Amino acid sequence: MTVETAAGPAGSAPPEPELVQLLTPEGQRVPHDRYDALIADVGPHDIREMYRDLVLARRIDSEAVALQRQGELGLWPSLLGQEAAQVGSARALRAHDHVFPTYREHGVALCRGVDPLRLLALFRGVDQGTWDTVGSRFHLYTIVIGAQTLHATGYAMGVQRDGAIGTGDPDRDTAVVAYFGDGATSQGDVNEAFIWASVTNAPVVFFCQNNQWAISEPLERQTRVPLYKRAGGFGFPGVRVDGNDVLACLAVSREALQRARDGEGPTLVEAFTYRMGAHTTSDDPTRYRLDAELEHWKLKDPIERVKAYMVRNDIADQAFFDDLTAQADELAERLRTQCRELPDPEPTSIFDHVYVEPTTQLVAQRDEMARYLDSFADQEVAR
Amino acid sequence: MSVESMTLVKAINSGLRRAMEGDDHVLVMGEDVGKLGGVFRVTDGLQKDFGDARVIDTPLAESGIIGTAVGLALRGYRPVCEIQFDGFVFPGYDQIVSQVAKMHFRSGGRLRLPIVIRIPYGGSIGAVEHHSESPEAYFAHTPGLKVVTCSNPADAYWMIQQAVTADDPVVFFEPKRRYYEKGDVDLDSADSVPPLESARVAAPGTDVTVAAYGPMVKTCLEAAAAAADEGRSLEVVDLRSLSPLDLTPVVESVRRTGRLVVVHEAQRTLGIGAEVAARVTEECFYSLEAPVQRVTGYDTPYPSARVEEEYLPDLDRVLDAVDRTFAF
Repeated sequence: MTVETAAGPAGSAPPEPELVQLLTPEGQRVPHDRYDALIADVGPHDIREMYRDLVLARRIDSEAVALQRQGELGLWPSLLGQEAAQVGSARALRAHDHVFPTYREHGVALCRGVDPLRLLALFRGVDQGTWDTVGSRFHLYTIVIGAQTLHATGYAMGVQRDGAIGTGDPDRDTAVVAYFGDGATSQGDVNEAFIWASVTNAPVVFFCQNNQWAISEPLERQTRVPLYKRAGGFGFPGVRVDGNDVLACLAVSREALQRARDGEGPTLVEAFTYRMGAHTTSDDPTRYRLDAELEHWKLKDPIERVKAYMVRNDIADQAFFDDLTAQADELAERLRTQCRELPDPEPTSIFDHVYVEPTTQLVAQRDEMARYLDSFADQEVAR
Repeated sequence: MSVESMTLVKAINSGLRRAMEGDDHVLVMGEDVGKLGGVFRVTDGLQKDFGDARVIDTPLAESGIIGTAVGLALRGYRPVCEIQFDGFVFPGYDQIVSQVAKMHFRSGGRLRLPIVIRIPYGGSIGAVEHHSESPEAYFAHTPGLKVVTCSNPADAYWMIQQAVTADDPVVFFEPKRRYYEKGDVDLDSADSVPPLESARVAAPGTDVTVAAYGPMVKTCLEAAAAAADEGRSLEVVDLRSLSPLDLTPVVESVRRTGRLVVVHEAQRTLGIGAEVAARVTEECFYSLEAPVQRVTGYDTPYPSARVEEEYLPDLDRVLDAVDRTFAF
């Protein structure tokens, strides 16, 4: 006999739920009763800036993949296909909102002003994340799946205790965003974060980029219900948005963030998107998914639709696109050069920050390492 | 001088209270720590006096307790997390080992997580499974954590305050079988309190060094008294800090006595005793008259209550090990 593992007998799967969409894959702006108002202020300049972010995010990503292939990075988790989800949500943030990312939020990092070189440094193996988390309010990448959702929730509990929600002062009220993926929704930590945020009414937005794949495991290995519906069970709203639609992601995120800042508690946003690339540069997706699926999603590209919209509505001329291409080239060139120039850390520096004050034991081990390494110095000269 | 006799529970409670009075950013969080005051009453009365924003009854999930404490610490708070029993820390183990312990290191020293994780530990209380374990070695094996344990009310009172003000994360093990034993606490001795990461000689002696910590210190002091009746002088060292491990007084002592017995409730293999034995062998090789002896729990899961006293080290097993050091 076979074991029935899908949501039901073949053919009985419920229709996919509606998702919030403001810009069709063809670049057509479609009206929305609820969300139009949330982006009423978004003008041509804002569209151009978001388009710039989308293009630069993709360029950083493709450059990083190339650097990995050239042996300059140990690994790179590509964001290809998820640019709109990241840029749309990140552009909804205010300066003092806080972000707790996974390891794939390169587009969010860009929008928060983190130098992409710092991301490359991490994946080159030079450090483990040394960007300014205080100034950028973009916290360190978290690789253990879902762990950062609890950090975000705890941070939001701190925001509550500081009285930084519900004051009506836009320069004070603060929201926190936890980014995570569809695979993470199976983790205990994510479910615990939902519970904590719910019972404490913490000002946190759970922004799930459902890119359909957790390495090789498709969504149906993680869930039998649409992910955004999970929120209902925890007692807060959930919404599914077209994750390849930067305007819709902006609108939905703005609403959720404002709810948080107003003291109305958490929201789960499921950005329905697709991981166009491999899980990381170490992965081979041809072993587990079909080209046809990729082709299907290529038609929904998050960048092409914005370009089509801009061209159709005269939001940008050819000079803009040419300038942007030049800017992306320049950024890529800088990253290429500076990445290769990143110095390896001093071996004895590994002892520097295990504790705030070095322990006697670690000082002794550092000296031991230094002596051992020094013992080769003479030999090198002799050779 | 204000000296009060109080139980170890009361000493930690008073220490926490003082820490909370001293810094508004100190929070207490855990299961049942608020209204109930904790299942052992360690946090009794704190929520009443400091409010439920600072003394937080959390949902029942240890990873959530530690994980949200990380976020609170990043926001500038100093959370003191209570894990209700030793055997329940493991759902929070990933957050402790992968997140709490590494944040300062991986951020290149930019981020500090001044979190205290309090864990009542050890056996001899007749409890059911998961309520009598000694998991300290798992944490002492993890770089980035400080792991300390108190053996008496005076140390408990001061060490918990030192742990709260420490800028590194501290796992604070409390010997639950000693919770309701009393001792004198000098509430005004702040200036003469030894550093958190220091061992101390609990009883001076000349013939054999006995190193112990937490609940076993009292057992070893009793063994020393019994040995004295037989004309043998044991020097008992209370290690107090398991990471970093301060072996200065142990090494100094073994150079005089030539003999060392290490005692802990936790299972033997790769336990704190193994580390002590290795380091003392490195430091005192020519002083040792006998191999270092370990008196520990056995390498089994923690047994049923009706047989736990045979599993746990006691006065006689300590003295038996002392005898063995004279057989070489």
